[in-house]
Amino acid sequence: MQMPSPDAKIMAKKAQVVQRLTEVLGARGVIHDPAETRAYECDALTAYRCPPLCVVLPATTEEVSAALRVCHEENVPVVPRGSGTSLAGGALPTADSVILGVSRMNRVLEIDTDDRIIRVQTGRTNLSVTGAVEELGFFYAPDPSSQLACAIAGNIAMNSGGAHCLKYGVTTNNLLGVTMVQMDGTVIEIGGAHMDAGGLDLLGVICGSEGQLGVVTEATLRILPKPEGALPVMMGYDSAEAAGACVADIIKAGVLPVAIEYMDRPCIRACEAFAKAGYPDCEALLIVEVEGSADEISYQLDTILKIARDHDPVEIRAAQDSDEAARIWLGRKSAFGAMGQINDYMCLDGTIPVSALPEVLKRIGELSDQYGLGVANVFHAGDGNMHPLILFDANKEGDLEKCEEMGADILRLCVEVGGCLTGEHGVGVEKRDLMSVQFAREDLEAQMKVKDVFDPKWLLNPAKVFPLDVSEGRRA
Amino acid sequence: MQTNFTPAQLRDPKTAEANAILRSCVHCGFCTATCPTYQVLGDELDSPRGRIYLIKDMLENERIPDDKTVTHLDRCLGCLACMTTCPSGVHYGHLIDQARGYIEKNYERPPMDRFLRWVLSRILPYPGRFRLALLAARIGKPFKGLMPDKRLRAMLEMAPAKLPPVSRNDDPQVFPAKGERRMRVGLSIGCAQRALDTDINDSTIRLLTRLGCEVVIPEGVGCCGALTEHMGKHDEARGTAAKLIRSMASIEGLDAVVINTSGCGTTMKDYGHMFAGHELEAEATRIGGLCRDVTEVVAELGLPKLVKAEPVRVAYHAACSLQHGQKLKAGPKALLKQVGFEVLEPADSHLCCGSAGTYNLMQPEISAELRNRKVETLEVLKPQLIAAGNIGCMMQIGRGTDIPVVHSVQLLDWATGGPQPSAISEQFA
Repeated sequence: MQMPSPDAKIMAKKAQVVQRLTEVLGARGVIHDPAETRAYECDALTAYRCPPLCVVLPATTEEVSAALRVCHEENVPVVPRGSGTSLAGGALPTADSVILGVSRMNRVLEIDTDDRIIRVQTGRTNLSVTGAVEELGFFYAPDPSSQLACAIAGNIAMNSGGAHCLKYGVTTNNLLGVTMVQMDGTVIEIGGAHMDAGGLDLLGVICGSEGQLGVVTEATLRILPKPEGALPVMMGYDSAEAAGACVADIIKAGVLPVAIEYMDRPCIRACEAFAKAGYPDCEALLIVEVEGSADEISYQLDTILKIARDHDPVEIRAAQDSDEAARIWLGRKSAFGAMGQINDYMCLDGTIPVSALPEVLKRIGELSDQYGLGVANVFHAGDGNMHPLILFDANKEGDLEKCEEMGADILRLCVEVGGCLTGEHGVGVEKRDLMSVQFAREDLEAQMKVKDVFDPKWLLNPAKVFPLDVSEGRRA
Repeated sequence: MQTNFTPAQLRDPKTAEANAILRSCVHCGFCTATCPTYQVLGDELDSPRGRIYLIKDMLENERIPDDKTVTHLDRCLGCLACMTTCPSGVHYGHLIDQARGYIEKNYERPPMDRFLRWVLSRILPYPGRFRLALLAARIGKPFKGLMPDKRLRAMLEMAPAKLPPVSRNDDPQVFPAKGERRMRVGLSIGCAQRALDTDINDSTIRLLTRLGCEVVIPEGVGCCGALTEHMGKHDEARGTAAKLIRSMASIEGLDAVVINTSGCGTTMKDYGHMFAGHELEAEATRIGGLCRDVTEVVAELGLPKLVKAEPVRVAYHAACSLQHGQKLKAGPKALLKQVGFEVLEPADSHLCCGSAGTYNLMQPEISAELRNRKVETLEVLKPQLIAAGNIGCMMQIGRGTDIPVVHSVQLLDWATGGPQPSAISEQFA
């Protein structure tokens, strides 16, 4: 993976840029000592690293605007950053860029349960949005596994999903309005506390734009009343194909559980060690959650269990109480971290048609043999959002490159079976160079024209999403 | 996470340990969400993930620590909330302790810093000296405005208005069990606690003997070393710890070492690690393995189930050293409920109150912010009492509220026949 070489002109005027940013943000808001900028050299994709020119931590929309205006005038690229939990390198800096972190912007601005909305500053973490309305009987539906730490800003940038999105949709389905600062410092508002933004669906354009069109500083989000009850059921199978086929059949039957999650043996063991959830030790585990009233739960569960039993499960077990349910989810949502106890890994994110699950799991297994690198699978099976973790040794020379090649093959496979390069992590740098596999040059050109409109100088997160040779000439 | 130690570096056992810890971190960032200083400061560098990065860079390059790195590492409370959150099992506690030791050896602190740290390490672990210092501080308190350093002012402010007389219960002796002897335990009587609040040990002795414990206060028992260990003064820590280990090891037929200062408990249970490769390793591991928080021993001995018509409303503050350091979360609350208290838990109970050993003295601003947040979440519960399992938390929270703060063990003692804790002025039936 290549990043553009830093602009010597910008590097040479670091002191001036830092001084101007300090004038608008104060010393506390600007980090520029090389001893300190290093901690911002990567996000949760640690394979690629580069300390930024400096880091700014504004506390208000006005400060974001002032900082962006300075960078715009100085022609310095800006890389927006939420909590730095991206697995696609969305917040990876270049040496000539300013990281703009929204971590200090985490206030709740408004809660309205009558209209079912909450307005927050986007540095607020996903889970703490639910935390703010929980006692009122509400929740915010999108739940990326990193929800404890990830920021709403990043969720909007990557149009994040999560386990429960099978029923509730992803971020774009739960986002009603944004306050966004454009690269030149202009503050705009799109949408509001109501369904559907007027005019063209600009909100749809902003959500998932990977920090390339503007910095979203405030968001109005849909909150939902908490369901009466919810019950996760664990279904163990002795082959990936059987579990995959079971998922395809559940979806075919027309029932809509809240979540259908898949974990294979390496993940099951790692998650069990952390969460002590009592997962069955099997080849492939499905966690299916149904919710609603007791009647609804039992009706849905009957249908699902009938299907599940047709595929020769080794074990089927429902959570006995809320504590066990919490542990089942704690384990699943900690899967990526828990795998860290075992190995270095690269986490992929692609989507496929649900019916292709058994075939794709089989071929990932074949690729694993071919490359000699282990693979652990943990993903949102219900909507075909795959997360194969390729296991490698970061301290072994050549392993990362092998891992990258294998990752590219898996994502090509997703496209080949009619799926897509990205599910919920975004393109970032991880899948940037594969965009040409999915899109023709004309398609990419059309997408880049959208960025031309919002960010004519191409200063916002410029080295991401589009292959460098394709965006060459546009980037400063 | 990738690391860049040379094979030569990795031959050093401490470096090898740091490498293993760093290799298990996947940089997922979950820890940022539960880190108190990240909540307050919002800077990656003041989060566990950022600190791990700073430590990695410092150790890999054997760098002389720079001021910025030291500032961010000094701001770590050592509350270990990150370790509860971490799905990858990163042993942040061992890593930060190693980093503190490295800084202590390789960094020249400004003179005032050095002086304050020297004073704390020479006074706090010694009850006699600490008592004198507290008396002196009381005299100095009215003049605190003249102090040139905010940390000195914080130290003067911390001095309580009243000091209890020395308790003769803390002298070496054996308290026989009431009735049949079910267990023989050594009591770690603490250091700072003995000067600040003698009721806690008194209650512990009454409660344990009532439950059938023979309680031994061995000759020479003193500071456990936690305080200096967390300041990076590892040699001093091992010095006092070795004394305590030998003192406990002298007790024949020892079933457990009981600790009622949970900050000490985290360190003492880990003595095997502190003395790894040291001549005392086997004894340290054995004594460390016998260490129990007082609530663990009480739960093992069993308490009567008591029902109160009008239960006293107690807000339970979970000390970090209990909930994160020793993973004792539900136990203490269950005991309080069992003897008839109504136990309330504040929001964000995983967050530190800002006491954290000497932290409230060395980082008064962040500490005060955390105390204010903690007190707010406790007071909103409208409790009649606040209970905690650690003297540091008790002092810290007590300075921010008028609600009486007592040790959990005092409530357990009270409920099972002991006197009402003197900190509570209201008369309860």
